[in-house]
Amino acid sequence: MPEKILESFSVKRLDILDERGEADTSLMPSLTDDQIRRIYEVMVLARTFDQRALNLQREGRIGTYASILGQEASQIGSAFALEKTDWVFPSFRENGVYITLGHPPHMILQYWSGDERGLRTTDDKNIFPVCIPVASHLPHAVGAAMAAKYRGDRIAVAAYFGDGGTSKGDFHEALNFAGVFRLPVIFICQNNQWAISVPRERQTASRTIAQKAIAYGFPGIQVDGNDIFAVYRATKEALDRAKGGEGPTLIECFTYRVSDHTTADDASRYRKKEEVDEWKTKDPLLRLRLYMEKKGLWTAEYQKEVELKAKADVDEAEKKAESIAPPNPRDMFTYTYAALTQKLQREIKDF
Amino acid sequence: MVQAINLALREEMQRDKDVLILGEDVGRDGGVFRITEGLLEQFGPERVVDTPLAESAIVGAAIGMASYGLKPIAEIQFLGFIYPAMDQISNHSSRIRSRSRGRYTCPLVIRAPYGAGIKAPEHHSESCEALFCHMPGIKVVMPSSPYYAKGLLISSIRDPDPVLFLESTRLYRLLKEDVPEGEYVVPLEKARVVQEGRDVTIISWGFMLHRVLQAVEGFDAEVIDLMTLNPLDEETIYGSVKKTGRIVIVNEEPKTGSFGSELSASIAEDMMLFLKSPVIRVSAYDTVLPLPRLEDYYMPSVEKIRKAIADAMRY
Repeated sequence: MPEKILESFSVKRLDILDERGEADTSLMPSLTDDQIRRIYEVMVLARTFDQRALNLQREGRIGTYASILGQEASQIGSAFALEKTDWVFPSFRENGVYITLGHPPHMILQYWSGDERGLRTTDDKNIFPVCIPVASHLPHAVGAAMAAKYRGDRIAVAAYFGDGGTSKGDFHEALNFAGVFRLPVIFICQNNQWAISVPRERQTASRTIAQKAIAYGFPGIQVDGNDIFAVYRATKEALDRAKGGEGPTLIECFTYRVSDHTTADDASRYRKKEEVDEWKTKDPLLRLRLYMEKKGLWTAEYQKEVELKAKADVDEAEKKAESIAPPNPRDMFTYTYAALTQKLQREIKDF
Repeated sequence: MVQAINLALREEMQRDKDVLILGEDVGRDGGVFRITEGLLEQFGPERVVDTPLAESAIVGAAIGMASYGLKPIAEIQFLGFIYPAMDQISNHSSRIRSRSRGRYTCPLVIRAPYGAGIKAPEHHSESCEALFCHMPGIKVVMPSSPYYAKGLLISSIRDPDPVLFLESTRLYRLLKEDVPEGEYVVPLEKARVVQEGRDVTIISWGFMLHRVLQAVEGFDAEVIDLMTLNPLDEETIYGSVKKTGRIVIVNEEPKTGSFGSELSASIAEDMMLFLKSPVIRVSAYDTVLPLPRLEDYYMPSVEKIRKAIADAMRY
């Protein structure tokens, strides 16, 4: 008997805004001029924050820090599509997501300076705390989506991770659950090409990360992760699908980690400067700015204003972060269980 | 004990719509030990969820559900299969409250059968409760009879923190005991004095308690059922140390690093002036857990426990 083809697949890639700021109007998501300006302003704020955090780390004023340089479109474009009622599960390189969703920048600095209180979001925000063990938060996103579905809440869950995370068992277990239970969850992979020193080719022999979704029975798409419009559009569509009961989506944002892995890393040990320089030309802020200029939404004066505002906000965040009273050592005990245990009642007396 | 646990699950699910069950074979099959039998029929597939075969995602998803506001009960089919979920238990369930400074909590129960003595294949007979007692932020509960299993499970489901609830496979069908229908709770973090005595205190939990009760015949022994291992009820234990001055701890874990070792160290450190004899641990051997034909040699026997009590009495 002849062999039959049971499945074949194709993987889509979405590009809308190119490096010269030209947008494919047929694919443009519906965003007002005000929204585009707002996105640009958040991108500038996120980059200003990121640069400041790196400086503060060098001066020993905060601890190890993970820079988002180059990944602003992936983070801000996706987060901008979220609604307040949606749940978000970040990994550890999502400062742009936190900023877009309105978590105060001074608290982000507070966290990176080693204070858990910086991750205490307000009760009206459904952002989970930073997750450091790679991809281990993806099952949490799946569980939240199961809970939302069980309760009949019309929300979606977004989980952020990197290319390295796709090698982990939890990534596969989570995608499998999401497919089997047709959950309202979107998996946002920022494929930034490097998991510390290991290149993407060493994480998987697949041509794309997007195609991994197909094995779990739901769509995956690759988008230009430095193209804010492509990221926004893909996320918005995935959210609509999730809320419409059509199940999960995997979005691969094809981007680049321009900085070191963290401030404890030196990327020059394992990758070439030419590669980094090449990616700098694909800068997500620059191309949005060129687009806005063509549309009459950007002037040199506007740029100056936006930069000044961002600097003032970050100055304020820095000042606020550094004026916060140090954490109380008793907090170690009071947040371990809901109530102090017999042993903790004794131990807390040390403070 | 199977019916007692089933009853606790059923009553809590009736009482609270946020309580639901997830795990492998918990639905149509009613669980490999039939603990969840009939629950799918009564509560439907949204509340009794047969999941794909993936322990880390079962616990991880339960953490997400708990943080969202539900009260999930995750079943791990055998304790020997829990290792893929250790990352979720240790790095997440126990730490969400602290990491989010109280914004998220994890009111989750993980149920798992443990222990040797039912002639099961490899990896189906582990007893490794100490691993979890080393994780601040979770509670470890091990009932020793149907009555206590029901009351402790209800408390565990209602507890605001993650609870690992370990059920002795040996006890599932060993004992008959009257278990009241309807609501009663046995509080967590409280040990139980099973019988009072003056000369020696035997501390145990789960299945081993029954061997202890056989072994103490002829001694004026106080017997304590720990019920919750962590957080520990120091008050009850230290009270008994003051009274008898001789302590024998019986558990079926390998001895090195067992929870009995932790108890022994705490008693030695805090209560030395009350002790009349060394604290004696009776445990399984520090060997790999054998297949069924050798498991009777591996588990602490009644004779081994009797000998330890007699040793303590020599001082």
